[in-house]
Amino acid sequence: MSALKRHPSLVVMFALALIFVFIVPQVTELYIINDMTVFAVMATLALSLALVWGFGGILSLGQSVFFGIGGYVYAITVLNTGESTIPILLGVVVPMAFAAVLGYFMFYGRISDIYLAVITLTVSLIFYHLIVSTSGGQWRIGKSPIGGYNGIPGLPPINVPGDPSARLGFEGKYYLSIIVLFLTYFGIRWLLATRFGRVAVSIRENEARTELIGYDARAYKLALYAIGAGVAGLAGVLYANWGGFISPVVFNIFFTAQIIVWVMVGGLGTLVGPMLAAVAIQYLVTQLGAAATSEIKAGLTVFGMRLDLKDFLDSNIILGVIFIVFTLFIPKGIVPFIRDWFSERRTHGRRQAESGSPAE
Amino acid sequence: MTAILETRDLSKRFGGVAAVDEVNFSLNDGELRCLIGPNGAGKSTFFKMLCGQLKPSEGQVLFRGNDITGAEPHGIARAGMGIKTQVPSVYDGLSLRENIMLSAWRTRTKRDALAIVEDLLMKIRLADQADRLVGHLAHGQRQWVELAMVLAQDPVLVLLDEPTAGMTLDEVESTAALIRDINQTYSIIVVEHDMQFIRMIAETVTVFHQGKILAEDQVDNIMRNPAVRDVYLGKQADRGA
Amino acid sequence: MDFAAVIFIQVLFAIASLALISLGLAIIFGMMRVINFAHGEFLMMGGFTTLLLSNAGMNLWVAMFVAAPLLVGLFGVVVERLIIRRLYGRIFETVLATWGLSLLMIGVASVTVGYYQSTMQAPLGSVAIGNYRESGYTFFVIAVAILVLGGVYFGLRFTRFGLLARGTMQNPAMAAALGVNTGRVYAVTFFVGSALSGLAGAVLTPLVSVSPVIGFSYIARAFITVIGGGAVALSGTISASALFGSISQFVAFATTPVVGEVALLIAAIILIRILPEGITGRFFRRGL
Repeated sequence: MSALKRHPSLVVMFALALIFVFIVPQVTELYIINDMTVFAVMATLALSLALVWGFGGILSLGQSVFFGIGGYVYAITVLNTGESTIPILLGVVVPMAFAAVLGYFMFYGRISDIYLAVITLTVSLIFYHLIVSTSGGQWRIGKSPIGGYNGIPGLPPINVPGDPSARLGFEGKYYLSIIVLFLTYFGIRWLLATRFGRVAVSIRENEARTELIGYDARAYKLALYAIGAGVAGLAGVLYANWGGFISPVVFNIFFTAQIIVWVMVGGLGTLVGPMLAAVAIQYLVTQLGAAATSEIKAGLTVFGMRLDLKDFLDSNIILGVIFIVFTLFIPKGIVPFIRDWFSERRTHGRRQAESGSPAE
Repeated sequence: MTAILETRDLSKRFGGVAAVDEVNFSLNDGELRCLIGPNGAGKSTFFKMLCGQLKPSEGQVLFRGNDITGAEPHGIARAGMGIKTQVPSVYDGLSLRENIMLSAWRTRTKRDALAIVEDLLMKIRLADQADRLVGHLAHGQRQWVELAMVLAQDPVLVLLDEPTAGMTLDEVESTAALIRDINQTYSIIVVEHDMQFIRMIAETVTVFHQGKILAEDQVDNIMRNPAVRDVYLGKQADRGA
Repeated sequence: MDFAAVIFIQVLFAIASLALISLGLAIIFGMMRVINFAHGEFLMMGGFTTLLLSNAGMNLWVAMFVAAPLLVGLFGVVVERLIIRRLYGRIFETVLATWGLSLLMIGVASVTVGYYQSTMQAPLGSVAIGNYRESGYTFFVIAVAILVLGGVYFGLRFTRFGLLARGTMQNPAMAAALGVNTGRVYAVTFFVGSALSGLAGAVLTPLVSVSPVIGFSYIARAFITVIGGGAVALSGTISASALFGSISQFVAFATTPVVGEVALLIAAIILIRILPEGITGRFFRRGL
């Protein structure tokens, strides 16, 4: 019971992990399992930005780049080799290497935070431009076309290492993604408790002070950035595995905006918040696209133009409004907002009980 | 006596103005030195060049015999210089213990670091507030936390920029006692304005004026030095003497 | 010889269009340190305004030079009041909020006018240069860019508001202490910056197929030019446009337009690495 007191969230997450791995698949339909697989993948991607931005203070506006590189590297390699173990590894290592180079450029150049954000966004735009211009069969690497707008379809599922005939089915993909998600969560929790993690967070709090103590902030940021890229790359691999395809949509600006929204809404400085926000927002977006919304008949006519309410449930509009509302009113995100609200009530209650003691 | 810190013709120019003008400074091992001077005299600029926050225009800074001119701040810190800045630079969002721990942990294992943190918390007499967020502390207390962080680094030389700014008289006296205590182990350079505080701790004082060293002597001699009085102490000495 | 002339004109055109699409953003950034992520959508709004109004019967030039800038400028004032003003100094929040605005504007545009097909032909016919023909509109765009840049220079240098603006840009606290209504300066600046963006979007309408997502093709280049140019709005825009426009055009000639775009983006990254505060962080610092 003392473990529950000291680390309540760890115990809860562990319990959830058990539930999702052992209980949920027994009681739900296959198509829901399939949806949950991709939700798990997105939650993992959210964790990567939560680590880099929420804890590390690095506003990476192009986190989707590492997701996309991971997915594409996996796709191209698996089509060439037919076996998935090396491609998975490459899908993690190549984004990390790229992040290391880009990070070296940025952090050792002591580029200011906002310029850094714009550079990362620019890099994602570069990738998008490059990939979509590869339509047509002449763009291939080995046996795999790069595919331009259409992407690369027909990817075989991940197989048991060494045995290309033993491939994952729907349930296998689910188990893999869920287990990776929870392992990533616990892995990041562990990392944040190590000296490396504490220093990385202190850099977010006060970089100058951290350097005065004697830590090289540039190296820490670089390492954190690379680790985040590896997690994003792994999520990209799992995404390609889930759908059996990869396409340049993972590099476009909408997708990268969504990742930012997950962390912003979920809360900077928490892990659970972004995970939940990713799932909730993904669910919301798919529901909006669903036939259900076309049932909504409300609307009005303005200047001869018919404006239907269901059109305004367009995901851009919803996302945009979320961004604006959150930035103006809930800048720290939902989880910290709720947490602060609770602790406000507690200290308020305590102050009322202790009234008469000197103000703090 | 060996010089632990030396500058040779150290200068910093901004546009056409020399904030620090070919200063030759030297501090002996184990010494406690105060740097004083009116605003704009160049002592803050000098300080920042010592700790790597500003790159000099000319000249050299030698620390323990090594040339550290223009080195990165974290490198200078690792070389043994502990720095407390003018505006308290601490982690407001972390607890006292976490603040000092970050510093102590750099050169030790976790267990040793935790022990040092407890020692230092008692030294600055804030052990009972160890889990409070530093941002909630009073100004003077935050200065002490920063001092503890500096000591946790195990420095050889400690640089303090206006450590008593904003403190009450009681706090100033405690700080003076703390600094005298620290001086038994470390060399110290203190930049200060408060003459009362300087009298409590100082032996040798260096006076800056217009980017150069005007005088360098024992406290009492400095107070009586007519050039210094003209430039800086004028009104204060009459009041304080 | 005439081929060289054509290349030269194409390079000038690339520089001119970069300068036009970036100037509005540069003014807002230089004055208020605000990075307006909805900038591309402001351009889009200028484009759609021109398209819709001219198709509804308004004279094209009036739509382009009066209606579009006015409308977008006023919209900018509303945005400044409702959103930007609440986020002063918080640069990350401003980026995120304006990004939200960008998504919102794209969504609204898709829903309301997204079905519109832009079939506008570039007016002003074509001009012969030796064996080649160059579109007259190309010269028009270059001329507009020169006029606009000149107008902004004039405004900043010789008008009373320009002086107030420059003072506020350099030292807002001091300006406020001197009695300058900095709030109003910012509102007017946002108006001017937005209006310029609307104008740029309008002028480029005949050359692009205006759609709700056209902001994307503008936004990367505009940001890069502004950040590459640095904090001084006018010199920064001119120098960065000149540099990036030439590079991208020459590379495009040697290879393909896509590679030219990529070259521009890479050149920008290298520039920021070398000059983290943009060109005017080091050069032309005292200029306008």
